[in-house]
Amino acid sequence: MKILVCISHVPDTTSKINFTENDTKFDTNGVQFVINPNDEFGLTRAMWFQEKQGASVTVVNVGGPETEPTLRKALAIGADDAIRVNTPATDGFSVAKQLAKVVEDGGYDLIICGRESIDYNGGMVPGMLAGLLKANFINKCISLDVDGTTAKAVREIDGGKETVTTSLPLVIGGQKGLVEESDLKIPNMRGIMMARKKPLNVVEPVATDAETSSVKFEKPAPKGDVKLVSPDNLDELVNLLHNEAKVI
Amino acid sequence: MSVLVYTESEQGKFKKIAFEVSSYAKAVADAMGTSVTAISFNADDPSALGTYGVNKVLNVKNDALKTFNASVYADVIKEAAQQEDSKVIVMSSSANDKYLAPLLAVDLNAGYASNVVETPVSTAPFQVKRNAFTNKAFEILELKTDVKLIGVSNNSFGLHENNTDAKVEDFSPEIPESGIKVESVDKATDKVTIADADIVVSAGRGLKGPENWGMIEELADVLGAATACSKPVSDLGWRPHSEHVGQTGKPVAANLYIAVGISGAIQHLAGINASKYKVVINNDPEAPFFKAADYGVVGDAFEVVPQLIEKLKAFKAQQ
Repeated sequence: MKILVCISHVPDTTSKINFTENDTKFDTNGVQFVINPNDEFGLTRAMWFQEKQGASVTVVNVGGPETEPTLRKALAIGADDAIRVNTPATDGFSVAKQLAKVVEDGGYDLIICGRESIDYNGGMVPGMLAGLLKANFINKCISLDVDGTTAKAVREIDGGKETVTTSLPLVIGGQKGLVEESDLKIPNMRGIMMARKKPLNVVEPVATDAETSSVKFEKPAPKGDVKLVSPDNLDELVNLLHNEAKVI
Repeated sequence: MSVLVYTESEQGKFKKIAFEVSSYAKAVADAMGTSVTAISFNADDPSALGTYGVNKVLNVKNDALKTFNASVYADVIKEAAQQEDSKVIVMSSSANDKYLAPLLAVDLNAGYASNVVETPVSTAPFQVKRNAFTNKAFEILELKTDVKLIGVSNNSFGLHENNTDAKVEDFSPEIPESGIKVESVDKATDKVTIADADIVVSAGRGLKGPENWGMIEELADVLGAATACSKPVSDLGWRPHSEHVGQTGKPVAANLYIAVGISGAIQHLAGINASKYKVVINNDPEAPFFKAADYGVVGDAFEVVPQLIEKLKAFKAQQ
């Protein structure tokens, strides 16, 4: 089985979110970038397929050279090789187009994405990629097993879960549940040393038109101070929720 | 040219978000000088959408659509969009809608904006405001395609009545084959889900153990709320993973979010910040959650929560 894990290079959760150039660009100054958490659960599941079922695991990112440390980290975790499509990731559809080309060229059977990136939260690349490839697609996937070309998966639905069977080629939008937090691997020194020697191939993008463009960003209005209610006066809390917030 | 809205139903009943996206579609249609067409699958009373401004309902009755299937549903909605020559398609941010939307976008060559929080900033050029950076910022996004697909963030627009006489038409689409077969669905039908709830009551490690959740469930019961929990609680196995809310768990966009014994780690806040009002109950006045909350009670959850339940019961009895 040939697995492709799509990796987004995103600001660490604790990053301060600021914008530059008249609020049109994300300010990367001082920001630590990481593997998108939803992708990391998928990468870790891919490592399981590599170890137990002899799958090959390639990681891919669409982005500029600044994203390579994130790909190297994925190699240090255990991916066999990496591909960087050399174009900025600006629009979900364009990214899906670039990834579709990588899948077609590489003949991957299983494409593991995260359900969404924690920066733009578009949540569209996995589905669009599946749509472009005419492959089967499971979103919010929380469990995945593959036997030959048959896959059994569980997806999260509102208020529960659903078990499905399908076949490869398959694209998933994965999340926590594929593996648990405690299964995530921190690269060890040997992994980091080996990652330096693993192939990281840079490929040029295919021509595509963006369907969307970011016009600008806004930050939410600063929040007012919390209104503290004494634990001896909970009637006041009920009153505030009813008369001020009007939510009960 | 009408705005097409996909209205999700479950066992024949429209979900609340169906009315919210209908309300939203009506506002977009007004801004564009056109009407609203809805598409619904196996709904018992499709004309109910008229209350929220829908002019026409394409009513599909087909057992093949009884179980959700993203690619099949996307295909049927595509047929409807093509029949109506719709340039704007509106849906919600439910798990199912977020699943099918990107497939539909590819089928229709439509630009897609998810997590949209208000009516379009402008319709020419077509620009919408959406949540990004896990609720830490808004993005103004321009959709440059002929057909536009909008996913409305749940609870962001609300329900707006706009009594209209909705014309119900039978719609008999072709149902394509699917490569995905649903084997089983595991869903508690008697409980309000985190996605659908107006109010969510959530608790964290401050509760000390799973045996103490009775009062959280009771508080949720009194309020008709869904229950949720923080990540450590689900990692410890005190509560099921399906209750975990936060960045890597479920997102919450409720009208009211009550956090009991949750310190408010940034990953947690990121996931719940889209909620309109937040109440925190915690014995540590330095807990970061107090900076993110609207109302706070510094006190022992084991004393505050039972009292709050009694106060709320009394309040409900008066209503």
